Amino acid sequence: MMDDLRELYQEVILDHGKNPRNFRHPDDANREAKGENPMCGDRFMVYLKLKDGVIEDVAFQGRGCAISTASASMMTEVVQGKTAEQAKALFETFHDLCTKDDHEHCDHGPVDEEAMEKLMVMSGVRQFPVRVKCATLAWHALNAAIDGEDKVSSEDRD
Amino acid sequence: MPDSVATTDLAYDVERVRADFPILSRTVHDRKGKPGKPLVYLDSAASAQKPRQVIQAISRFLEEDYANIHRGVHFLSQTATDQFEAGRAKVATFLNAPSERSIVFTRSATEAINLVAASYGRTFLSEGDEVILSVMEHHANIVPWQLLQAEKKIVLKVVPVDDDGVLDLDAYRDLLSERTKLVAITHCSNVLGTVTPARVIAALAHERGIPVLFDGSQAVVHGPVDVQDIDADFYVFTAHKLYGPTGLGVLYGKYDLLKTMPPYQGGGDMIESVSFAGTTFKAPPSRFEAGTPPITEVIALAAAIDYVESIGREAIAAHEHDLLQYATQQLSQVDGLRIIGTAPGKGPIVSFALDGVHPHDVGTIVDQYGVAVRVGRHCAEPLADRFEVGPTIRASFALYNTRAEVDALVASVLAVKEFFGA
Repeated sequence: MMDDLRELYQEVILDHGKNPRNFRHPDDANREAKGENPMCGDRFMVYLKLKDGVIEDVAFQGRGCAISTASASMMTEVVQGKTAEQAKALFETFHDLCTKDDHEHCDHGPVDEEAMEKLMVMSGVRQFPVRVKCATLAWHALNAAIDGEDKVSSEDRD
Repeated sequence: MPDSVATTDLAYDVERVRADFPILSRTVHDRKGKPGKPLVYLDSAASAQKPRQVIQAISRFLEEDYANIHRGVHFLSQTATDQFEAGRAKVATFLNAPSERSIVFTRSATEAINLVAASYGRTFLSEGDEVILSVMEHHANIVPWQLLQAEKKIVLKVVPVDDDGVLDLDAYRDLLSERTKLVAITHCSNVLGTVTPARVIAALAHERGIPVLFDGSQAVVHGPVDVQDIDADFYVFTAHKLYGPTGLGVLYGKYDLLKTMPPYQGGGDMIESVSFAGTTFKAPPSRFEAGTPPITEVIALAAAIDYVESIGREAIAAHEHDLLQYATQQLSQVDGLRIIGTAPGKGPIVSFALDGVHPHDVGTIVDQYGVAVRVGRHCAEPLADRFEVGPTIRASFALYNTRAEVDALVASVLAVKEFFGA
């Protein structure tokens, strides 16, 4: 029983949940989107500085559970400096990681292996389907910000 | 519901009650053939478990007596019709309604409120008229009125609660005006457990000739409700929280009011005659029961009412009150735990927040210990905003819960704190 919990709440996740990275509102952000989970009321704002198709800066603010906060925090670390397309491919691959068995993953284009290695700590969420929305909330908001939408709900997919 | 109930009823045999609920003997999170944790079900405010008596009533009806009702001339149809209408009479007695003609069956309590909003509201409310709600309403008693607001440009007024979650009666009194055309208020909050003073609410409204609707989904479960004593004009509840089936709601309405209301949905058994020149409608309650009604569900609700009555509603209330007091006392000793809703005489519902740990994380972890609680905003978002807590953790107690299960809840919450170092 506790093994599953430890797999879900790995130390890295607990650390990111307590001490989220890039938890700020950059002055020079030119894109932003709100991600909302209507079931629990968790809300994140994701801020982007997108220049010539490259994510020059990404940060977030808001409130959520340990899983959603850690996922948002890790997301901001791994998509810094990526192109919008790379970030989207990473999102799709991460989504597969949270929802599908290893052999079911689809090809979403080239992804940064190092980034995916970091994100592997979130794979425990697969055993807790109800928490997938937590893990992907900030990613949905990132996607919306890239697309120029101002808000997104985690009920829209997953 | 009674305003207050006696403390522990030593005669209450909870183990005998538990034996009636097959699901309570199962374990959850079984792994590789190893039994998991005994189920500690503390989510009855969302939906209650079903006793064997209800499950058997469903099977028996489907195996022996099932047919459509009100139309057939054959034996089974007559038998099913008799049982269905006996169910209506039983619900009437359960609420002490003056007549079974005042009992309308709907798909849910939510649909029952929508029926009143759509039929009574559309007919008798117009631009500028006011409907009074409270801040602790379930979304089911907010959204139908907002839909009516968009359509008819009515005005919604909201009665606040104090920091304990007690309804502000002075504010309510002040909100009543010449423009008020309806009051729609919960009888027991699904988040705070607050029991509202229904008799007083109705009396103050009636001084001005204003009808009152009570959402009794949480109230009928925890103690006797007498719609004549509180003088409710409308009273709604749902079967599945009363140990009955899903898919069935009840609307009680004063017959003279129901008679003034037009149909809400059309088709099936609600008509007197139909021609392409026009249609005439049956009297209530048939007028509001378009289509084939939930036949099996009504028979199952009758069995659930029999079951609850066989234990005794006062005895159930006393047992649940004991659990509430014990849970409140035990949870209050947990550092960093804040209980939301401390009204005197409240129902057996404890909502709380834990410093430094999000309710979703609490819910996931206590579940690993077999403890089923609700986490979130409990379909009462304005209330979460009122207490500035966002989501909370809710433990709700029923006739089958025990003090040992309260201990299991507390132990699992302490494990959460240890896990998160909170």
